[in-house]
Amino acid sequence: MMRFSTLIKHPADWMTGGLGEHGAVLTSRIRLARNLRRHPFPGWAKREQRAAALELMRPAVEALPAMKDAFSQELGDLSSVQKQVLVERHLISREHAARGVGSAAVIERRQTLSLMLNEEDHLRMQAIRPGLQLTAAFAALSELDTELENSLEFAFDPTLGYLTTCPTNLGTGLRASAMLHLPGLVLSDQIGQVLQSVNKIGLAVRGLYGEGTESLGNLYQISNQSTLGESEETIIRRLERVIAQVASHEQNAREKLLDDDPEMVSDKIGRAYGVLRHAHIIDSKEALNHLSLLRLGSSLGFFPPQVVILCDTLLMDIQPAHLQLHSGRKLSPDERDALRAEIVRSRLHSLESPGSYITGSEPQSLSDPNQPGDP
Amino acid sequence: MKCDFCDKKATVFLTQLVEGQMKKVCLCDPCAKERGVTDPTGFSLADLLLGGVPVGAGPGGTTPPATAGGGRKCPTCGFTLDDLRRVRRFGCSDCYATFSDEVGQIIRGMHQGSSHVGKVPAGLMALHIRHQRIEQLRARLDQAITSESYEEAAGIRDEIRNLSETKI
Repeated sequence: MMRFSTLIKHPADWMTGGLGEHGAVLTSRIRLARNLRRHPFPGWAKREQRAAALELMRPAVEALPAMKDAFSQELGDLSSVQKQVLVERHLISREHAARGVGSAAVIERRQTLSLMLNEEDHLRMQAIRPGLQLTAAFAALSELDTELENSLEFAFDPTLGYLTTCPTNLGTGLRASAMLHLPGLVLSDQIGQVLQSVNKIGLAVRGLYGEGTESLGNLYQISNQSTLGESEETIIRRLERVIAQVASHEQNAREKLLDDDPEMVSDKIGRAYGVLRHAHIIDSKEALNHLSLLRLGSSLGFFPPQVVILCDTLLMDIQPAHLQLHSGRKLSPDERDALRAEIVRSRLHSLESPGSYITGSEPQSLSDPNQPGDP
Repeated sequence: MKCDFCDKKATVFLTQLVEGQMKKVCLCDPCAKERGVTDPTGFSLADLLLGGVPVGAGPGGTTPPATAGGGRKCPTCGFTLDDLRRVRRFGCSDCYATFSDEVGQIIRGMHQGSSHVGKVPAGLMALHIRHQRIEQLRARLDQAITSESYEEAAGIRDEIRNLSETKI
């Protein structure tokens, strides 16, 4: 069985692939909720009942071909830092991390599939893909689900569909979501309007870590809310269409910003670069916001394209639990801010200042020697 | 005006749409409190009129026995109606059958529809198809009755009966 350190050592495939046609879409995630028939749901089950359900599910899950040599641990056997690292990587939920004995996480080697056992529902299964790939993610997860049906009896009702602890998940038990990077819409003050219209058609918008979290680094998650009355395909198709639209709005906003106010854009990106390259103390929020601008700069041609991947990897590595795992001990907030700055500086030390990477004609004004600026 | 449940003076007047019809209920203060009318999240006129909730009024039909003051209870997991009202979640998959009246209310407006469309566990496919067929036939039956095509209605009724009795 895979060890925690091996699982976490490398960034997941999906963290380093966000270069597709929709640069604004970092990842696509699909989650399916399933429950065992006749077993009380985890939140209501007594300790022995929860253990019995886990005993039934864990071998079935571990026997899946896709889960060969997977990471599989009961949550009671993981430290709080380890659990928090899994949360920061979106491999388990915050709610799941709060659980201990009687709940488990089974995570595929490449971190593209993860199963939470005895979360709010008996099974919460997840597939992640880079870019906008909800359909592909669903296909992979649905296959896994179908295989599990051979060994587990899921609670299902012809009218209500898959039965879940919370009625908000009834029906398909499907939550499809994408993580979007929308600095162009934020800088051009269009974000409120766009998110409102997304909301209006029944989709939810959340911050970086889901329900109730604020948006940091101009990152937003868009997901379906309704799970009953429409097929998985219908839900996913609508979501993909809306996400592609938002991504194209973002693209237009970026181009327009550069046309209308190239100095403002260059200034923001240049300042972000300066701070990240030279700061010695930086908190999570500040780092995420500057990394967001660095990522924007890369997609606008201020930096080489692979800087997007560098940013997406750093996004994980500078989170509090990742820092503590890296240093091997508990860190005070001050120590974290210092270590975070150190990691960012070292990763960016060979990145040349923006302006030396101008491609095309857009950010011309940067290299214009007549441009007013520092003497 | 008098309270609908006792002879005291009514002070609470409720109007609500129940299954498409306007219903009115008049209650006195103590009766309103007892029936949870003052708690907007936990109350539906339908419960009051159909006799689902009133404390002491013995629930009829297939409803499992109520615990003392605690409402109905799921025979599989022991989850009670009070638990459901409190946490808005269920105790086990059988709770959906136990509290089927409440389920309809809870999910109203929550989703795009009220009937599942999409993936069905492979083993239950045949069952699901039959269920959908019966639903379709029921809709046609209603239409036939509305348009007074009684001969057609009788045929559909027989078909529904046959389907319902078939073992899979």
